[in-house]
Amino acid sequence: MSAHSSAQTPARSFSQVRNELLDRMEGFSPAYVAAVAACAAVVAWALFAWGYQIAFGIGHAGIRRPVYWGFYIVNFVFWIGISHAGTLISAILRLTGAGWRKPVTRAAEAITVFCLMIGALFPLIHIGRTAYFYWMLPYPNDRLLWPNFRSPLVWDLTAIMTYLTGSVIYLYLPLVPDLAEIADRSTGRKRRIYRALSLGWTGSDRQWQALERAMKLMAAMILAIAVSVHSVVAYDFAMSVAPTWHSTIFAPYFVVGAIFSGIAALVLVMAALRKAMRLQDYLRESHFANLSKLLLLMSLVWLYFTFSEHLTTWYGNFPREINVLNVREHGFYGLLFWTMVVCNFVIPLVLIGISRLRCIPTIVVSSVAVLVGMWLERFLIVVPTLSTPPLPSAWGTYMPSWIELSITAGTFAAMALLYLLFVKAFPIIAIWEYDEGIPAR
Amino acid sequence: MAEQAEQRDPRSEQRVPQWAMAIDLDRCTGCEACVVACASENNVPTAGEEEAARGRAKHWIRVDRYYEGEFPDIRVKFRPVLCQQCDSAPCEPVCPVYATYQNAEGLNVQVYNRCIGTRYCAANCPYTVRFFNWFTPEWAEPLGLQLNPDVSVRPGGVAEKCTFCAQRIKRAKLDAAEEERELADGDVQPACVSSCPAEAMVFGDMGDGDSKVSKAIASGRSGQLLADLGTRPRVFYLEKAD
Repeated sequence: MSAHSSAQTPARSFSQVRNELLDRMEGFSPAYVAAVAACAAVVAWALFAWGYQIAFGIGHAGIRRPVYWGFYIVNFVFWIGISHAGTLISAILRLTGAGWRKPVTRAAEAITVFCLMIGALFPLIHIGRTAYFYWMLPYPNDRLLWPNFRSPLVWDLTAIMTYLTGSVIYLYLPLVPDLAEIADRSTGRKRRIYRALSLGWTGSDRQWQALERAMKLMAAMILAIAVSVHSVVAYDFAMSVAPTWHSTIFAPYFVVGAIFSGIAALVLVMAALRKAMRLQDYLRESHFANLSKLLLLMSLVWLYFTFSEHLTTWYGNFPREINVLNVREHGFYGLLFWTMVVCNFVIPLVLIGISRLRCIPTIVVSSVAVLVGMWLERFLIVVPTLSTPPLPSAWGTYMPSWIELSITAGTFAAMALLYLLFVKAFPIIAIWEYDEGIPAR
Repeated sequence: MAEQAEQRDPRSEQRVPQWAMAIDLDRCTGCEACVVACASENNVPTAGEEEAARGRAKHWIRVDRYYEGEFPDIRVKFRPVLCQQCDSAPCEPVCPVYATYQNAEGLNVQVYNRCIGTRYCAANCPYTVRFFNWFTPEWAEPLGLQLNPDVSVRPGGVAEKCTFCAQRIKRAKLDAAEEERELADGDVQPACVSSCPAEAMVFGDMGDGDSKVSKAIASGRSGQLLADLGTRPRVFYLEKAD
């Protein structure tokens, strides 16, 4: 199908592409303003809920003994997972020289940065004394206190901060030529701002070569960092003695899940951009088809990991682990468990695997299903284990309160809001990538 | 059973006591006097009916009940469960700010002022004996007037747990120093131990082979809770093998 649509698209000159993409940044339609207002309202409500929790006690959230970790940790893993969409996919495509990456990379890299910003907030929302979160940082202090470097939470902090820094650089580097372009075409304060942001870019041969080298280097490094980040998130669980958490395959299992949900998020964002910004000629059906194949592949890998994890637990038959498995696979959580399997495996398999059914709407539906399924997967890792500790007298249940639900809704709105603002400030497709005349390339 | 390497205080050259507890399950009647004594000794706040139903009640020591057989031919076994003061404690390495660690006397101490409330310790405790202050604690009048001045009241947002009555250990040491004598076996009695009408609990220095607790541990009836996890608890349960 991709061959047809690209054949129908008239070839454009670079200046046409440039003008078209820059035009997309201009003007605020009523729908855009309404979307920004709606997202901002939800974010404001979530901030109120967080403030309420800080002011009146974290007990207003639903977490309780023994489920000491609830929605906040689920959301933390979920958002950090989605962040792998971007940078990782963009880096793989860049390093392998995949030509179809051009319109995809920046949209993907922006997802990473925003998801990390949101995900990194959750430990702060989760802890009992938010005001003292900085005690986890190794900063010089007159009592000579260090954080505990043996704690996976400190590894987490290190990994996420490294990833965030790397991702911001990786998003920023390919923006520089476009920023200079915008500065050249604007006047007044806007020109001064974009000029400053473009870091003195003139487009000389040397600068192009330096940029190309820097991007290659960052792409290579970011791959390793991305894998390490979600491994460390998995270690939060795997380093514990809690039944079913203490698993050797958790690190690769989490990395696979992260890339899986990341691709789904990227497809959703691309579909939204395509429709809202009229980018049909750039984000073509072929892009969605390519990403959907990647999504289906990750679905199969995810199923393989999930199957291995559950088979060994079930066959091993350790009473404490079987207790957790029983909670996870029966009753209400059992319903969630099978919903997860349908969302993460059956729906993508049918809608993407059967080529006759594969089109943008079904790929989008699969992606939504995968996001739901992967959120449930994290929930089913965190909650059943904690609700079923080794001593049965301590078994308990968990229900989120309005605070957790509000904050969770707020993070999705925050993601949308950040993206809405981003597309008006920066070109969402790297314009210079379409310029065939760049000397260094 | 965990053998303790003898530890000496670097300054006084005195042997550092290694605190341990033995609980005789064959004597425990499940009366829960220990639970009440612990709460009043350690300023453990009450949660209230509604919050307790939501899993917010705090019991540094609790009595687990195990039922054997079918009604009416039923036998109930009681097991008081408190912080096991593990020598290899899962709660310690996971804390990002070092708010919990094992001191020289074998106590898993909790530094309330340092705790930021990640609840990682509580999630990783296989005995579920760690508790969290979901709210700033409050006491209904007149309970607030009987707080123990030797025990700090914990703020909201921090983790807490049984300390083996660290304040009583401190008091016994100060008393012994004042009377210019060494600590004797039985000088330290945590609230749960001193309140047990069945005398099912023994507390003392397991580094001293002649102490009552050492003898109880060596009685041949002794075992540890979830010993297979390798946490090496300092709480020993005495039980007739049947």
